[in-house]
Amino acid sequence: MPEVLRAPLVVEFPFTRSLGPVQSAFLTGLRERVVLGVRTTDGRILVPPVEYDPGTAEEIHDLVEVAPTGTVTTWAWNHAPRRGQPLGSPFAWVLVRLDGADTALLHALDAPGPDAVSTGMRVRIRWAEERTGAITDIACFEPYDGEPQRPDGHTGEFEDPLTGIVAPARLDYTYSPGRAQSAYIDALSERHTVGERCPSCRKVYVPPRGACPTCGVATSERVEVGPRGTVTTFCIVNIKARNLDIEVPYVYAHIALDGADLALHARIGGIPYDQVRMGLRVEPVWAEGARFPDHYRPTGEPDAPYETYKELL
Amino acid sequence: MTREIAVIAFAQTDHRRSTEESSEVELLMPVLHDVLAQTGLKTADIGFTCSGSSDYLAGRAFSFTLTLDGVGAWPPLSESHVEMDGAWALYEAWTKLLTGDADTALVYSYGKCSPGSVRDVLTRQLDPYYVAPLWPDSIALAALQAQALIDAGHTDEPALAAVGARSRADAEANPHAQLRGRVPQGDYAVRPLRTGDCPPVGDGAAAVILAAGERARRLCARPAWIRGIDHRIEAHGLGVRDLTDSPSARLAAERAGAFERPVDTAELHAPFTAQEVILRRAFRLGDDVRVNPSGGALAANPLMAAGLIRIGEAAARIHRGASDRALAHATSGPCLQQNLVAVLEGDPR
Repeated sequence: MPEVLRAPLVVEFPFTRSLGPVQSAFLTGLRERVVLGVRTTDGRILVPPVEYDPGTAEEIHDLVEVAPTGTVTTWAWNHAPRRGQPLGSPFAWVLVRLDGADTALLHALDAPGPDAVSTGMRVRIRWAEERTGAITDIACFEPYDGEPQRPDGHTGEFEDPLTGIVAPARLDYTYSPGRAQSAYIDALSERHTVGERCPSCRKVYVPPRGACPTCGVATSERVEVGPRGTVTTFCIVNIKARNLDIEVPYVYAHIALDGADLALHARIGGIPYDQVRMGLRVEPVWAEGARFPDHYRPTGEPDAPYETYKELL
Repeated sequence: MTREIAVIAFAQTDHRRSTEESSEVELLMPVLHDVLAQTGLKTADIGFTCSGSSDYLAGRAFSFTLTLDGVGAWPPLSESHVEMDGAWALYEAWTKLLTGDADTALVYSYGKCSPGSVRDVLTRQLDPYYVAPLWPDSIALAALQAQALIDAGHTDEPALAAVGARSRADAEANPHAQLRGRVPQGDYAVRPLRTGDCPPVGDGAAAVILAAGERARRLCARPAWIRGIDHRIEAHGLGVRDLTDSPSARLAAERAGAFERPVDTAELHAPFTAQEVILRRAFRLGDDVRVNPSGGALAANPLMAAGLIRIGEAAARIHRGASDRALAHATSGPCLQQNLVAVLEGDPR
């Protein structure tokens, strides 16, 4: 059995998120070195603030400034910081109840080691030098043994409030397509197309995925199909895809390769777009060094009769 | 009158660190065939199919659609999917059967944790405004909860190590488990949690068949009747919650009827040792209750399947007469944020 393929796969998004009035005030406040909480219906102050009372689900918007000093309610020592975390050197994760607040905020605490951290210890915010209106405007917390600082009673109204944030996210994967699809991709790189035959209904599936989608049983009998095939149906693409160097209009088609019981899809070239038709006989065109066909072109054979491919539409 | 619905078959893969040689459907098919063979049903006989999985584990959109090849979706079938642990798919199937729309249901779920970094992937389920930008990983959040529990005097590090040791020792008898036998307590992962307090990262899949009333009795010698299921969620802000307690788990158990009569078995989805301590208190489990005889999530934790496996393991004990009344629990989210409880019973013997 050939080796299963694997390749790095990066999923990365800059999520753009809009803010409601409470989140806007809180994050704008961080930019201005002001920490705001929100008062619940029963008078508790939530920091970080939310827009709906977690107890009653009522909308809440009564903003209250709290102090940049507070008390650790629980902690965990992180000796090996990971990508994206607030500090690059070992630190403590902490939940901190800021003075004036009734709930705790999650963040990092810069401390020399686990022995310097304890539940109940006093800490204060260390502000990031450059602040944009994000939770990371708090660079981290640091130990603090002074008096609780008093807030100035900020109203939560700012001249230039934020309306949204961009939250980048990146996850790294190693993608592996499994046995059946690895075999298909490997064969393609040698300019063969292979499918797999269902032991139950005898249909040949291409590309193979290791299972018959009709019978729900494993497929393993490998069958070479093509290289020629028949266009079963097609569409004309008029919109240019970004980063794709293909002139529009072009034709994208379902192609039933000879010997296959399922049509795969590919671009049709070598023929004007308005002359492509159902039944057109085609063959793959391989670009130099490519691992898969660039497109399919007419073979010059007579068109296949409709009866020969009507079950494969 | 309410219909009686039972778990009548359960199958799971051998859970392993990586199954990169298998696609999702290749991973799943053996367990699908296994539960069908146990009942003699064919996929075309199944009234409703429901699955659970997560695109974030696969790193691909609509990854679950690939697994439909494994259930043979021709003729077209009645199907649904939850982006959750399969325990929640089972809940959906249970409600479907309660309505009378179907008499049988196939529930399956799978998780391939190996392609990505689970600790990083799970940060993406957190509050995207205040928490996710800090990238607190799953072990870090569990460690905060463990420290809160230690500070409250409910446990200490040796007691947590004992939970891990008991789980892996019990897993000796579970051929599907990924970690079993003597597992070192290990170094700190995120203090106070050591590697021995944390679940293995692995791939796996599970499947369950549900059937209603007489149909269940015909297909299974001793059906595991679902007497109640409930699931509850708590405020998403970690700093709003009392991390030493799980009121959502307790409420779900109460609504599922867990406190009406004692249970003899509890399969708890507690991926971290400290979470078992919390759940034992929330469910008021005495020392006479057999907790996680399978080894639990500390022995194998294929995400999205580990909760369904708890229900399956509890049901399987009833099937083979090792239990008469069992509590099965599934969790999702950080620090036991969401909790599902099912109460299962066998017919009197």
